[in-house]
Amino acid sequence: MNTEQAKEMLDKQLRDILSWHFSDDTGCPFWLDWKNDVGWDPREEVQSFDDIHKFDHFQDEWLRDEKNERFVPKGMGGRPFNVFETGGTTGLPKQRVGWDDYKHDYEMFSETLSDEHFPRGANWIMVGPTGPRRLRLAVEHLAQHRGGSCYHVDLDPRWVKKLIIRKQIDEVERYQKHVIDQAVEIIKHRDIGCMFTTPKLLESIGERISVPGAGIKGVFCGGTTMTPQAVRFWVEEVLEGKTHLVPTYGNTLMGLAVSRPLDDTYSVTYYAPQPRAVLRVVDPKDTAITMPYGEFGRVELTTLTKEFFMPRFLERDEAIRREPIEKCPWDGVGDVRPFGAMEKKVVEGVY
Amino acid sequence: MLPTVPLLRQGQVYRSLDVQDICPVQGGDPVARITMANSGLIKRDLSNMSDGRRALQKFSTQDLLDITLKAGDVFLNEELPVGDEGIMQGPEEYLHSLAATSGLPHSLIRMNMERLHGVFSQVPTILKGLSRGMSTDVLDVAYGSQSGVTVSFVPTTNSLGVVLPSNSPAVNALWIPAIAMKTPVVLKPGREEPWTPWRVIQSFIKAGAPAEAFSFYPAHHDGSTAIIRNCNRVMLFGGDDTVKQYENDSRVEVHGAGRSKILIGDDEIENWKDHLDLMVRSISANSGRSCINASCVIVPKYGDEIADALAEALVPMNALAQDDPKASLSGFANPKMAEWINGSIEDGLEEGGAKDVSLQKRDGSERYVQRDGMHYMLPTIVRCDSIDHPIGNTEFLFPYASVIEMPQDEMLSSIGKSLAVAAITKDNSWLDDLIFADHIERLNVGAMPTNHIEWDQPHEGNLFEFLYRRRSIQVA
Repeated sequence: MNTEQAKEMLDKQLRDILSWHFSDDTGCPFWLDWKNDVGWDPREEVQSFDDIHKFDHFQDEWLRDEKNERFVPKGMGGRPFNVFETGGTTGLPKQRVGWDDYKHDYEMFSETLSDEHFPRGANWIMVGPTGPRRLRLAVEHLAQHRGGSCYHVDLDPRWVKKLIIRKQIDEVERYQKHVIDQAVEIIKHRDIGCMFTTPKLLESIGERISVPGAGIKGVFCGGTTMTPQAVRFWVEEVLEGKTHLVPTYGNTLMGLAVSRPLDDTYSVTYYAPQPRAVLRVVDPKDTAITMPYGEFGRVELTTLTKEFFMPRFLERDEAIRREPIEKCPWDGVGDVRPFGAMEKKVVEGVY
Repeated sequence: MLPTVPLLRQGQVYRSLDVQDICPVQGGDPVARITMANSGLIKRDLSNMSDGRRALQKFSTQDLLDITLKAGDVFLNEELPVGDEGIMQGPEEYLHSLAATSGLPHSLIRMNMERLHGVFSQVPTILKGLSRGMSTDVLDVAYGSQSGVTVSFVPTTNSLGVVLPSNSPAVNALWIPAIAMKTPVVLKPGREEPWTPWRVIQSFIKAGAPAEAFSFYPAHHDGSTAIIRNCNRVMLFGGDDTVKQYENDSRVEVHGAGRSKILIGDDEIENWKDHLDLMVRSISANSGRSCINASCVIVPKYGDEIADALAEALVPMNALAQDDPKASLSGFANPKMAEWINGSIEDGLEEGGAKDVSLQKRDGSERYVQRDGMHYMLPTIVRCDSIDHPIGNTEFLFPYASVIEMPQDEMLSSIGKSLAVAAITKDNSWLDDLIFADHIERLNVGAMPTNHIEWDQPHEGNLFEFLYRRRSIQVA
């Protein structure tokens, strides 16, 4: 596939998804009401992704303020839905409904993993936020899709954020130790070949045991900023140059963006699971404008599946716009970091 | 080619991929690059710091004292590598690099170089003072004898973490004696001032100290946190908030605002003019940046006259070119710092009960001035009605002092915690009270400025007692 073909595929996906969500037969109450309120029909006016700016930015508050049932497409045929949460340090968290998207996303992701580093049939451990998160089911599905089972150790990031805001750093460390203790026990006493965790937890696990020495051949990691220096440190020292690292960028609203293979710059560039989701790097002052390649801008996410339509959601991240690559002939986002990280202090990387 | 300052991981050079430019404060092209450590790397290194201590233990304390003496001369006079690419830096290049990135006047840098050299050369005296005259070989053997008593000391930590500021090269004096005490150091330099700690380390290594004893981690804020949380003994510098945060943490020694003071007793107040030079020096030495600079002068009478005379004497201390030999006032590279200080003083003056005496002496010209891209606060003497006034007992990073009238018998109970107090009196009864006052850390008795240092006296805590604890030992 080349960039032209990728664009055609994206435009077709966009038209299909708009037809689905804005049709009285298959759409959801939220978008059908929206169409009536704005007085234009996206099925007619949006024919390619170049027209996506005709939508205003999706407001994530809608995912908190609207009832979940209003996002259920009629086309799902009344199937009970999963509720996945994001955020929620205080107050009601944002929620999205879902059915099979996480399975599709992680099956696609599975195709990018090598059998050498993520052996078929190997058991997995997930150390990180479980609970009401999509990730918990997704990693387990990934393990099972590849023929293994998945162990879980939970970390509640909402509690950690509260502790950090209260400056109860001793308590944060005690809680982190509590999590790591559990993970280390499982890794030591069960046959684990692959791991999902977050960077900080990976570092902590690596302080307690040799990750490759414990038989873990591949780690896929996501959650916070991954600077080239930090990635190099994980590859060379925490994973001792033996266990394979796959950085990912994902959330409940998008799915999972894979990274291009690391080179000696250790700069991480992610590619969205296009055409199911699209990442744009936009000018923060005028978000209709896409930044030139090589420049930082704010990350904008559009999700295009039959289960969930979310146009132009502004992520709380900024990144460098990167060129397409052969395997992913569309734009990538590089060196992702919290939006405004250079100007303000952001509570980030709690897990 | 620009020098690039790497990390040192127990003496091993490591180049991080996180490279930041260090630019002159006046703007323009970078003068160096600095590579930054990620916090995970620091944390991982700190979990195993045994190499450094083992390397130092191969030396006797006397050997390390000799190395320290030699390192002082190397620091002051010799060319040393800056970075790991063969670029060398002599004393003059060091001075110019530090001046460019910190904004400090050349004259003050030279003074601080001499001061650091003084510390290197006085480490035997410092160690003797801190250990109360103990023979140096007690640290070389399991136990020894001091004044006929068997003593044994056990280290409290495998390394001393030091989180350094950017604006004061002389603070490196505080960790230099640790090497002779066989304690490896873990230094996090200020972003604009890697020069001095790097040069001190290189001086030690050239003088024969084992490189493994030195870890050097330029880092972002999370790097400081990694050091503070993971070293068993930490020295750091900060304001009242930082002091409060760690006041109950025996691992951490915070060097905060000193709130040092000059007290003149009833018996000496009529001679105040004789002590004017002492007061000026106490307020203005090292551009008023040290915690042992006086920030408050308390007298039983003549407050107006003393404030007037101090303000007059400090007028010539002006913002001059950095390389002017007469320059003695440091600027601020960060305008926000100068603006914040100026705003705090203005807020205090607006409350009433305080008067900026220096303003009249400068014919009404502003306290906050700019020159050559630097931001300066001109010396300021404020006559306050009370020590409880918001700017009556406050320390700022420039030559600033309040002058307050108060009966002598109220002074001791009013001054609060004070790092250095110069007590100008011969009144033995009052001196007894001062000597037993727990809230005075350094007491200078007689005509001695607050910034006078005797090398055999501890400074803001006893480094030896911080790094070692006495253990019981009984030998059959």
